[in-house]
This record gives sequence, structure tokens and C-alpha cells, in this order.
Amino acid sequence: MFTQTLVRRAVRSPLAELLLGPHGPDRYTEIVNPMWTSETRAAVTRVRRSTPRSVTLWLQPNRPVTWRAGQHLTVTVEVDGRRHARCYSPANVEGSALIELTIARHDGGTVSEFLFQNGRPGLVVGLSGPAGDFALPDRCPSRMLFVAGGSGITPVLAMLRTLQSDGFDGTTALLYYTRTADDACYRGELVDLGVPVRHVYTRDQAAGDLTGRFDERHLAAAMTDPDAVFVCGPTTLVDAVRRCRPDAVAETFAAPVVAVPEAPGGGRILFRDSGIGIEDDGRPLLEQAESAGLAPQSGCRIGICHTCTRRKLRGAVRSLTTSTVSTADDEDVQICVSVAVGDVDIAL
Amino acid sequence: MTAALEHPSPDRIEEFGRELDAIREKVIADLGAVDVDYIRRVLKAQRGMEIAGRGLLMLPPTWLLGTALLACSKILDNMEIGHNIMHGQYEWTGDPALNGRTFEWDTACPADQWRHSHNVVHHTYTNILGMDRDIGYGVLRMSPDQPWRPYFLGNPVYAFLLMVLFQYGVALHEVETERIRAGEISLADKRQVLEEIWRKTRRQTLKDYLAFPLLAGPFAPFVFAGNLTANLVRNVWAFSIIFCGHFPAGTQEFTVEETREETRGQWYYRQILGSANLTGGRLFHIMSGNLSHQIEHHLFPNLPARRYAEIAPQVREICERYGLPYNSGPLPTQFATVVRKIVRLALPGRAV
Repeated sequence: MFTQTLVRRAVRSPLAELLLGPHGPDRYTEIVNPMWTSETRAAVTRVRRSTPRSVTLWLQPNRPVTWRAGQHLTVTVEVDGRRHARCYSPANVEGSALIELTIARHDGGTVSEFLFQNGRPGLVVGLSGPAGDFALPDRCPSRMLFVAGGSGITPVLAMLRTLQSDGFDGTTALLYYTRTADDACYRGELVDLGVPVRHVYTRDQAAGDLTGRFDERHLAAAMTDPDAVFVCGPTTLVDAVRRCRPDAVAETFAAPVVAVPEAPGGGRILFRDSGIGIEDDGRPLLEQAESAGLAPQSGCRIGICHTCTRRKLRGAVRSLTTSTVSTADDEDVQICVSVAVGDVDIAL
Repeated sequence: MTAALEHPSPDRIEEFGRELDAIREKVIADLGAVDVDYIRRVLKAQRGMEIAGRGLLMLPPTWLLGTALLACSKILDNMEIGHNIMHGQYEWTGDPALNGRTFEWDTACPADQWRHSHNVVHHTYTNILGMDRDIGYGVLRMSPDQPWRPYFLGNPVYAFLLMVLFQYGVALHEVETERIRAGEISLADKRQVLEEIWRKTRRQTLKDYLAFPLLAGPFAPFVFAGNLTANLVRNVWAFSIIFCGHFPAGTQEFTVEETREETRGQWYYRQILGSANLTGGRLFHIMSGNLSHQIEHHLFPNLPARRYAEIAPQVREICERYGLPYNSGPLPTQFATVVRKIVRLALPGRAV
């Protein structure tokens, strides 16, 4: 660590910046080791597969990463040459040197599928964050109920583990929803923690401690009159908990489903930096921005020079030159040859 | 236009454009890890050669080898890496290190200015006299349509100077000296541009001619000479490749009038008539930044350049079917016709 700090200092000196310019020290050091860079990256050091549909990875970051139990980090991986990012909540005690992530594979999840298939020691991923308001209060009340659905267990487990490591002397209980008993990650760890757990299996009702979906009955069975409720899971679960306990601290993780309409036009375009919203008339985004009184940089206007490239924050756009549709959030698009497909937010 | 050529009918040109669009769409659908792996291998080789070269040229016995490695590294950095990344050829990867809008290269020209003068001006208005400033770089007479003046008697001398000082010629591109000389704009209008050029050039000069030589202590003169030679080799090589892209015999220039209200098909058509390829082996194509596939590059400037070789036969076949010239030849032959043109156009008259 000392040598690393020394090397880091040396390569950041003005002389080194001149000698290593214009590319900068990272572009040389990362060739030797992809972890030697000023970007935050992490290497997988340990892998465990405890359920058929999930993988648990322990990551060693190249610089200290601090997060609060319940928050998430953004993990970036490269799949077939393209970078993809997805948020995951660490499951271990906040302040740990290693980051423990449990990734559940799900249909169409590019990053999760990649990590499930390729998660092995030595894999290097990009890290950013933390982010998220799902966290324990500074002063914890004495009776706290936790509700987790599927991979929503990870931030909840981080909270339970952090409480234990902090010597919390109140009462906690967990309601844990999974498809089947096999899908319940951390079953053993939960037993070791000593937290009373009620398992509910949505596709194997009889095998669980309770049947049906979350309702007053489940709440009463798990803990009578909790002071605080924390829930992390799919929107349907969070909504159900909020109906019983409007004060519940909640986090949902379901990816929004982007429905791509057939034809351009009719949606709403928001130029977010300037706060201007307009109704889409089907012309390229650049032309509509100019009609709205904005003056974004542009060059060739035929999709070759990339001067007008802007970040699309949300929504779908279709490229007029390649007919490809970009649906992911935070993608760069050439606005001179992009038309909105539905509602779109652009950083402009 | 300089040579008489029977233009295909408008319908036929659009049909031709759609065939080219189809080639591009096919390549885009196929982009993936193989393209990223390739450019990262080139980056790794370039950085390896740079470090090895800078180390080896400090000592007399390995000076020549070190200088050669540094020259190769600079050529790769400017051409296969810098030029191509700055075209946005790898923007689909989402990797910030391959981002065309932030990449900076190891040459005197500030990358931001290059992105405008090259990506916007040269690639949009290719070979249009009075718009494409790559025609003669504001100092040479490269087309018989440029009116002759006594100044152009020095054409071969200016070309030679531009060749050996090419990185500074490229750096001064955005100053638009010919417009200043013509009185259209004043030097004061270009103050910011000049300041940016000064900052970048100063850094590059300090690095190659002061910091690295001083680092070598008593061997400073070797390092100075090695860096000077490497920069010179890069200048001459880049000039040769680039001038063979649009000026060999057979390439055509256009007027503003004939390219007004151009359709996509016509734009493609102009790119083909105004560009010329160089033939050679795989290594030659890499060292030329794949600008040896100038025709394919001008049709699809933002496709990863390593793909040009595989689509070149398809483009050639389409050109044959539509009766369009496909200008291609080995470097010595093509360069000889460029030199001939430079010398010939020093004198008045339109013949080339």
C-alpha cells in the first residue's frame, strides 16, 4: 500500500504529467495492471455460488470505497465490447475493506448474466457510487422489521450485519420473499445472525412459514407493532408494505420496462440542463433543440462528425443512419440523426 | 469538376447510396469485443514502443532502435489510434479511454481544433474548393481550379516545408492563414485558437526537447536528436499518406455550386471521386491508420478503421457496377503523381 501511494504521488507530479502527457499516467499504469488507475475499479477475489440462480462475489477495490449499509454501488462491466452498468447493494458490514455483492440472474439482465457467467477471481470491474437513501437512521429504534424480496436481501443483510457489529441491543425480525427455498440466498448466514426469519416462497407456498402475498397477516406474524419497517424488493412488494405501513423506508430495484412505441413523434422531449420541455414533432433532436431556442454545438449534421453527441439520460431514440434504437439510460447519441421514440430526456 | 465523367442518373445515385448504407449497417450490427480488443492491442503496442523507444534512444548503441520505436509509436498514436478514435469510431463501446470527444494525441495540434477542422470541415465538405481546407492547407496550389498567383512558384518548396514540419502545419489549420492574408479576418479574431495551439505546442516541445533530454543527463543530446528524428519521421510519413488520400492523379475536386443541395447518395458519390486508396500489406495498413483505405474511410468515417479492409472489395464491386472510378495504387506510384501535381501546379495553367 505504501509503495502504491508513493507511485501514485510520483505519477501525479507536474513533471510526470508533462512526461506522460498528453495521455496521462493511467494510460500507462493500467497496461501493467488494470487496477493501477485513478478510476475506481475492483478485482474479484472470491466467488461463491450458494443458490442455482445467484453468485456472490467479494471485490477488492483499488482505493477505499465507503458506503452505508443499504446503499448501492454501480458496477460496470464490458460485454462484447460495450460497457454496461448496473447497481448492486453490498451485503456486508458497512466499512468493510472487501465489498460483498450477491447477483441474482434474471432474464434480459445483461450485467447480472455476465457476472453470473464470468464472475471468477481476477475479473476486474468498474465501480462508482455509493448512492441511495435506503439506510439505517442515525439512532435506531428498538423494534425494527425488515422485509426483503429476492435480491432485495443484500441491502437488508448489510443493515442486519451492521447492526450486529455495532452491538445493537434492540429486536429485529426479517420477512424474506423468494420464489422457492432454493432461491433464498444467505439462508445459513441468517441463521448464524440469530435474527428471526419468516420465509415465504411465492412459487412453493406450502414449504414456507407463511402463505400468500404480503399483508397485515404477514406483518403481524413477523413482528407486532414494529417501530420502523425497512423494505427492499420489487415494486409490488414495496407497494404492499407501504399500504400497511406508509412510513416504511423503502427501496425498489426492478428495472423500468421501456416500451418502445412504433413511430416517432408525439412524445415529450426534455432538455434537462436548460429545463425546456417540448412536444416531439418527429424531427431530429438537434433541429428541435434549435427550434426551442437552444444552440447546441453541431457540425456536419449528417451523423459523421460527432460534434453534436449528447448524453441521453432517459427514454428511447432511433438513429436515422443506422436504424438502431437506443433504450438504455445514460447513453451518448448523435442528436443530428436521432429521433425520439416516446418520452426522452437529453442533457442539453 | 476537373475531369469529364458521365454522372449516373439521380435515381441510380440514390440506389448506389442505399447499397453503401447497407454495408455500413451490416458492419455496425457486427461490432463487438473483437474490435475493442484490436484497438486495445494497438494501444498497448504503441505505449510499449513509446516506453521502450524513449529508454533505448538515451544510449548510443541502441539510439537508432530506440528512435525507430519512438517514431513508430508516434505514428500509431496519431494515425491508427488518435485519428480513428477522434472520429468517434469506438464511441459505441462506452469506454472513456476510447471516447472521441475527449481523446488527446501526441502531436502539436490541439485535439479539439482537429475535431472541427477534420471531422466537420474536411469530412463534410471533402474536396470542395473554398470549403475543404485540406486542399493545400491554405499554402499550396493542389487544384488547377485554384487561380495561379506568382506566390505558387514556391509550391514545391512550401510542400517540402509542410512535409517536414507537418505537425505544425496541422496545428495551424484552424488559424486559417489564407483568410487572414486575404484580409477576410484579422489575427485578433484567431486569438483564442492561437492561445490553444501555443499551450499544446509548448507542452509538446517542453516534453520532447527539454524534459526528456534533461532526464538523460549527459546523454541529453542523443535524446534531443532522437526525439527530433522521431517527430520528423512521423511528419514525413503522415504527410505522404495523407497527401495520397485526395491528391493523386485521377482524384477530383468540386465547386460549391455543384454540391449545393446534395443528397446522401451524391455525398457518397463525391467521397468516392475525391479519394484514393493505397495498396499494401496488413502492417502497412495499420501504420497508415487504415487511411490507405481512404475511400472506405470517407464513406464511413465513424466505422472502426480495421473494418475497412473487409468492406473494400464490396465497395469496389459496387463502384464497378455503377461505372465509378475506384482510385487505388501502391504508395510510391501514387505519391509520384502527387509530387508531379505539386510541381506542375507551381506554374500557371490548368494542365496537370
